[in-house]
Amino acid sequence: MKFFNFHLMPYADMDVNLIREHGSAWVTFPNSHYDPEVGSALYNRYLDELEYADQLGFDGVCVNEHHQTAYGLMPVPGVMAGALARSVKRAKIAVLGRALPLVNNPLNIAEEFAMLDNISRGRFIAGFVRGIGAEYHSTGVNPAESLQRFQEAHDLIVRAWSETGPFEFDGDYYHYKYVNLWPRPYQAPHPPIWVPSQGSAETIRWAAQHRYTYCQTLGAIRTVAGFFNRYREEAEKAGYEATWDQCAWSTTLYVAETDEQALQEAGPHAEAIQNEFLRMPFEMLLPPGYTSLESFKHIQPDMIGKPQSVRSLNDAGVIIIGSPDTVRERLAEYQELAGFNTVLVKTQFGTLPADMTKRNMEAIAEEILPHFQER
Amino acid sequence: MSSHTETVQTVAGVRIKLMRGSPPGQAPTAQTLLFLHGAGGASVWLPFMAQLATDFDLLVPEHPGFGDSDTPDWLDRVEDLAYYYLDLLEELDLSGVHLVGHSLGGWTAASLAIKDCTRLQSLTLISAAGVHVRGVKRIDNFMGNPEENLRGLIHDQAIADTLLAMELPPEERERQLKNRFTTAKLVWQPRSYDPHLPKWLHRIRIPTQVVWGDNDRLFPPRIGEEYAARIPGAQLNWLEGCGHLPPIEQPAACAQLVARFARDVAAQRGAKEGSA
Repeated sequence: MKFFNFHLMPYADMDVNLIREHGSAWVTFPNSHYDPEVGSALYNRYLDELEYADQLGFDGVCVNEHHQTAYGLMPVPGVMAGALARSVKRAKIAVLGRALPLVNNPLNIAEEFAMLDNISRGRFIAGFVRGIGAEYHSTGVNPAESLQRFQEAHDLIVRAWSETGPFEFDGDYYHYKYVNLWPRPYQAPHPPIWVPSQGSAETIRWAAQHRYTYCQTLGAIRTVAGFFNRYREEAEKAGYEATWDQCAWSTTLYVAETDEQALQEAGPHAEAIQNEFLRMPFEMLLPPGYTSLESFKHIQPDMIGKPQSVRSLNDAGVIIIGSPDTVRERLAEYQELAGFNTVLVKTQFGTLPADMTKRNMEAIAEEILPHFQER
Repeated sequence: MSSHTETVQTVAGVRIKLMRGSPPGQAPTAQTLLFLHGAGGASVWLPFMAQLATDFDLLVPEHPGFGDSDTPDWLDRVEDLAYYYLDLLEELDLSGVHLVGHSLGGWTAASLAIKDCTRLQSLTLISAAGVHVRGVKRIDNFMGNPEENLRGLIHDQAIADTLLAMELPPEERERQLKNRFTTAKLVWQPRSYDPHLPKWLHRIRIPTQVVWGDNDRLFPPRIGEEYAARIPGAQLNWLEGCGHLPPIEQPAACAQLVARFARDVAAQRGAKEGSA
């Protein structure tokens, strides 16, 4: 199994009461709460952490994209990946992912990713996402066009990477007289493509049909197993057998001496991300058109954002927190249950401070990684 | 008193729901008034409509993409609706029509009239979307929950209380959801306006009335003033103490303004024809 250190880069030095008072850390949370001194320190701390992950033996490091939120400080993840492309010497570098429909010129993404692939000498992994619903409020892109723009931007980027230019592209949303990418990607025909999703049936089918690695974000392990099984079914329908390498589970690991100590230490920080940084009104999360009308009818407002304790998250297998033995056992059990060969690990989460993050990363590297990396 | 019929029929290539009401016994002689509804749809025959139907042969279609009407593949922009209704006027062979549009329907009506007024006699825009004035603050009715959204549209909160207390049948809730999805598709970006619309409003060369609630927060009064200033000879009439939904919040006063204007235009036209 491969271990990727996934960083959301939250505004961790946050008084979560401010988020609670406002109702959400997204879109309308005033940026007067952002202190550049704090932010610049966090950016540098987080880059240090991902460089340290490389030194500790993680197989990869991951960054991602969100806009106008204290949940994550990476509206332009390529900036972070660019910084890491030089300082991370060995591990893969993944942007999981860039939100394709949110840009009006997807060739910018093809170019940015091709540059990262060249600088890292082929250690780059390209993630494609639609962005969450809130991002359609913060960018103004029409959510009704999200899915079609995603697919068209994807087609354009892959063609730009793999076909000899110049060629013309005339889509419904994007139009080019000349597509002729300089630089071409380092990997041939292009970097691996990974597709993170919360479990949309359309996305799972699409990823399986394209043989892209499917990354499951946030979910209880039994639900995750269902999604990975659906991916394998869709692969079968598409005429091939998917391997466990094509499934990646995104979770949080926290390791301390005993289960109880781990829960005590991680508790407030894991609850901060789940209950404060992620919180948003239903209308912000799901603008009309982001899902189809049919899918929307099956979603009830009360399904979203119920506060959860760290123990309930841990019991449900959304996250794994405990002693080295516990974490090893549960991860092995979950791997067997759901069938995945990559785990995307948040070692920092919510308000978790630097010293605890470092201890956690070291504990994972010493106690967990060696047991799985040969498997 | 008026009576009304509700049918679902294919008009100009789309299956739409059409409500129609007219003064008893006078259908052949009453003038046609075509009402284009706002983002909330037109699934119910409202008192506002009943009142207009005592004077006019009133047609209330549900727009393609709304309520019980089908959603055609070509529906991407408000301008598509405007062209659709030009087709509808031709197919039903309507002429001398008093065109009345509220909110999204007002935008549609203005866009239609810019393109072709030949089948129209008068135009009334009620709290119309479509025009933007820089610096005018507008509420965002895609961010709030349903109660917040409704309260933002209504000035008299006692009326909002009554509307919120009403139990809606599931099929009506589904229509409202469909209306919301189609509206978002049509108006999300730029939010509820077409930057190119104002520069062609001078092409509306029929008698025009602009009706606006003086407490409209979705399209504040300044937008009504802009419409009135850009359409040659347009009258601007205010509804005091009224929000964005005059047909619901002040149905009698709103219907009276609509009917009086249409009658006046018809009378002047009659006098002109008589003297010719």
